[in-house]
Parts: sequence; structure tokens; C-alpha cells
Amino acid sequence: MSPEKLHIDPETLTAMQAGDRAAFARFVDAYSNYVYRVALKILSNPQDAEEVLQNTFLKVLENIHRFESRASLSTWVYRIAVNEALMLLRQQKRQPLAEADWSDEPEEDEDLKPQYFVDWCCLPEEKLLSAELRGYLDEAIRQLPEKLRVVFILRDMERLSVRETSQVLGISESAVKTRLLRARLKLRDILSAYYQPLVAEGARNE
Amino acid sequence: MNEQNKASCDVILRSLSDYVDKTLSAELCQMIESHLAECPDCQVVVDTLQRTVYLYHRTAAEITVPDDVRQRLFRRLDLSDFLKK
Repeated sequence: MSPEKLHIDPETLTAMQAGDRAAFARFVDAYSNYVYRVALKILSNPQDAEEVLQNTFLKVLENIHRFESRASLSTWVYRIAVNEALMLLRQQKRQPLAEADWSDEPEEDEDLKPQYFVDWCCLPEEKLLSAELRGYLDEAIRQLPEKLRVVFILRDMERLSVRETSQVLGISESAVKTRLLRARLKLRDILSAYYQPLVAEGARNE
Repeated sequence: MNEQNKASCDVILRSLSDYVDKTLSAELCQMIESHLAECPDCQVVVDTLQRTVYLYHRTAAEITVPDDVRQRLFRRLDLSDFLKK
């Protein structure tokens, strides 16, 4: 979902900033699915996603009076949600804030080359989206390094533009593009490995 | 990928995201498409990559906040009065 579709009218924003609870409730309902989804995909755990959901809106409530209407509200909310999710992830891993991980250093060019060339596009969608195979999608995204995973989630699952993704994460647009390419290629390779036996099985049954 | 197409395969790989996002110039698109017509491996990579992106977007769009999670969120935010949609 592109953030333009998450538009909140200026009156609702002004009302929220003036402390109008009904306006804030409307805002929470409009944004909560997006916040929950991003958190769930970053953390892969519904309880953690709920914690991020609550903390994100508490932060929004605390800081909304400072929000300038010239900025994009959805970018701001996504940024808070992503930061909350990454903070929780690091607490769980007991890692300090890995600044180097988020810097804009040039990406290395290794391991871009695809390993699998099996054409699984022929597998029917209902099979790929069956309860059994959905697990592969979750498992594959969990295997992505954090910085690639977050870019993929914002860009390809949430459909934010390259510019919006760069604003949410505070990295350059070229870093978004490079990480997105790597994320897409890695996911494609991981899924191809999963789906290879199914394609072979289909071919045997023909 | 066969040897004579190798250089082109590398170029395709680097431009793959821009190609599937349709943000490349017409000239580059045409160059990629003529390569794809002759390179089944790259064509498979393009097709399955597009499918990968589609599957993730499709499944993400189905995720919504469960009712009990919404209730707890509204209580935490002191918005219980507005729980009814």
C-alpha cells in the first residue's frame, strides 16, 4: 500500500494535535494494519508485533503535537514503527545498536549471481499460497539479513517508493536500490530451492 | 548462462530491479529484452523474481490487526470509548 493511500485529512491531523481522542482513534484504525504488518514481518512473532504496535502509537500520541504538516505523516509513522521493531530485535539478540549495519557504505558485489534456474512460475497460485507452502515464504524472508529484509518489506510488501523507503530508513536512494536488488535475488534463490522438488514432481506426473 | 552471453547476463542482473519496476529507459529495456529472448536462464530469473515480489505483496495485503489485538491497543491508548468501529 502506497502511503498516498494513507492520507489523513488536515482537519483530522489538526484535531489530533489539539488532543481530540475521537480523531486519534480514527487515525489508529487507519494506520494500525500497516504498523502491525511491518512489525510482524520484521520480527516474525505476533506478540512482538503487538508490542511494537502499542509502542508506536504511544510514541505518536506523545509526539504528534510536534509533527509538522509539511512532512509526510505515513513516512513518520513507518519510521517510528521500523525503529521500534529494530530496537526490539536488537534487545532480543542482545546486540548494541549496529550502526555500521545501517550506514550507507557501498554494498559489496558478492553473491548476486543466481544459483537456481528452475522455472517455478508454472506452479499454480493456489498451491504456492496453500497453508503448507506459505511457510516457505516466511522462512525465506527470515533468512534475509536485517538490512535487506527491512528494505524489501517497505518497498515490495508495503509498496513504498524508493524515495519514501530512503526517508523512512534514513539511507540514500541508491542504498535502497542496491539492498532491494540483493533482497529480491536472495529471496528468489531461496524460494527456487524450495520449489525445485515441486516442479520436478509436476514434470514426473505429466 | 552460456559464455558468449556472460557479460550481458551480468548487466541484466544489475538492472533487474529497475527492469521489473519499469524504471529503465526504453533503450535499455529493449537491450534487455533482446538478451532475454536468447537467454532462457535470465528469462527464468526475471519471471521468478517478478513472481516472488508478487507473492510477498499478495500475502502481506491479507494481514490485518486481529480483533483482540485491536482491543488491547485501544485500551493501552486509553481509547476504549472508541472501540466500536
